[in-house]
Amino acid sequence: MEQLYQQVILDHARHPHGRGPLDPEAEGAATVAAGHGACSARSHQVNPTCGDEVTLEVSLDRTGTTPLVTDVRWEGQGCSISQASVSVLHDLVVGSDLPAVDHVAATFRELLATRGAGLDDEAAEDLLGDANAFTGVGKFPARVKCALLGWVALTDALVRTGVRGEDR
Amino acid sequence: MTSPGLARPAGGSAAGEFTTAEFTTAELTAVRADFPLLTRTLRDGRRLVYLDSGATAQKPQVVIDAELDFYTRTNAAVHRGAHQLAEEATDAFERARHQVAAFVGAHDDEIVWTQSSTAALNLVAYGIGNATAGRGGAAAQRFVLAPGDELVVTVAEHHANLVPWQELAARSGAVLRWVDLDDTGRLRLDQLDDVVTDRTRVVAFTHVSNVTGAITPVAPFVAAARRVGALTVLDASQSVPHLPVDLHRLDVDFAAFTGHKMLGPTGVGALYGRRELLQALPPVTTGGSMVEVVTMESATYAPPPQRFEAGTQMVAQAVALGVAAEYLAELGMDRVAAHDQHLAALLLDAVVDLPGVRVIGPTDMSDRLATVSVDVDGVHAHDVGQMLDAAGVAVRVGHHCAQPLHRRFGVTATTRASASVYTTADDVAAFAEALSGVRRFFGVA
Repeated sequence: MEQLYQQVILDHARHPHGRGPLDPEAEGAATVAAGHGACSARSHQVNPTCGDEVTLEVSLDRTGTTPLVTDVRWEGQGCSISQASVSVLHDLVVGSDLPAVDHVAATFRELLATRGAGLDDEAAEDLLGDANAFTGVGKFPARVKCALLGWVALTDALVRTGVRGEDR
Repeated sequence: MTSPGLARPAGGSAAGEFTTAEFTTAELTAVRADFPLLTRTLRDGRRLVYLDSGATAQKPQVVIDAELDFYTRTNAAVHRGAHQLAEEATDAFERARHQVAAFVGAHDDEIVWTQSSTAALNLVAYGIGNATAGRGGAAAQRFVLAPGDELVVTVAEHHANLVPWQELAARSGAVLRWVDLDDTGRLRLDQLDDVVTDRTRVVAFTHVSNVTGAITPVAPFVAAARRVGALTVLDASQSVPHLPVDLHRLDVDFAAFTGHKMLGPTGVGALYGRRELLQALPPVTTGGSMVEVVTMESATYAPPPQRFEAGTQMVAQAVALGVAAEYLAELGMDRVAAHDQHLAALLLDAVVDLPGVRVIGPTDMSDRLATVSVDVDGVHAHDVGQMLDAAGVAVRVGHHCAQPLHRRFGVTATTRASASVYTTADDVAAFAEALSGVRRFFGVA
């Protein structure tokens, strides 16, 4: 149990970061222009096996050479693994540009695929920070989905912003 | 076939009255010895505490042997071929149908093999849909739906007895209506007169909630449906494994149940249909083995049950399900029900006084089974389940394919413990012990 539920995870689940009311104006709209050079989009994801839900809204600044994540707000309900994971996601991606976000997301998925062994890569560990606490989740395949719920929402929301097309 | 672990008690079954004694310790030990899986251990050598029988039950050795034996000695195509093996396989297949029919108080030709309860319920819904589309001739007129006709379900339904009716309503223009639950988790019988109207054509309801364990009083539903000439469809998935069920006495028109919850294999279930209704219902899945004369233009169909059994059937599984029914019958369903009552009381006692633990559904002992779902304040069901798993306790977490019921009680997921013939007081104690530590671990107590 302690291996799966690291204190870091329990703390994030109890006091989640980035959780809060979403922009009611944005409801229903895939993409909302929120000022010059800025945009946001949201994604709603459900884990059908348990009914866990997350609605995540990502805001981008497109004035630079690569889009920059200026904020992530989310609402949701679910187990401590899924909730803590979105909280950690918030900390890892806010302030990062899109390539950096893609890199940390890919690294987190790799970590979960190690079945609890960990990445054995100091640079990856430094990059993931609190997300390293999810190493043990990889041992429980049924829970990997929980840990990825918010990340799936982020991937989808980023596509919905339309910036994916722009940098290609 | 060996006998089950205990001798058949004297006396017949009495549906609805569980005055018979539960299993003695010695009897329960003997029953458990029939289930090989129960002897395995989990991570770190932990004893398995299996409290997920509502999802699927473990299998006695006689059931495992029956399937193995069929493939080892008897395997052949049934209802075709003139060789000895084909005869023996057909005999075994039809003997199983008789065993299952006798177990639920039906005639043999009233039992249709299906893949599952879900498939059985869909068969009824699609059969009615096919009649509405003009199939089945004059006999099927009784099933035809007109726009504005009503289909009645309940908020307690498993998705398997809800979504097929939503689909039928969408295809036919019928309107879906439902009976609500009260705050204690009992169906609102007082609503029946309002919800069931002259436009009602089908009343589909569960015999036992797979979440709360509450037993539905069948008679008021049947009476309400009869009054307006509607068909009754009973989801008996959770009742047939635990209670003496006599479908003729219950007087329902259709009923669905599944093998794997009643100690039988996966991949086989059954639809019960009143004889004259099955004879009138058009087929759903068409093809080989369900026809009489086929020309390039059209086909005539075999009488039931074959009309509804197109294609190669799940023969080995059906044969083993027959053995499962016989195993339960030899235990005595009145005693199985008494054992279940005993465990229901233990389960409720174990959880009602735990701080921060709320039972979803009835907390009284009348008309309920040993299926208890709880919401743990401040801890998500998945986290509860993980904590129980660490103690070797296997339970179900989530919405148990009953999202509307969960929504009715303001929760998205619960933790469910459910018992079977092999469940012991020690199992319940292990569950209670592990559950009592959950809120402390997650820092909410």
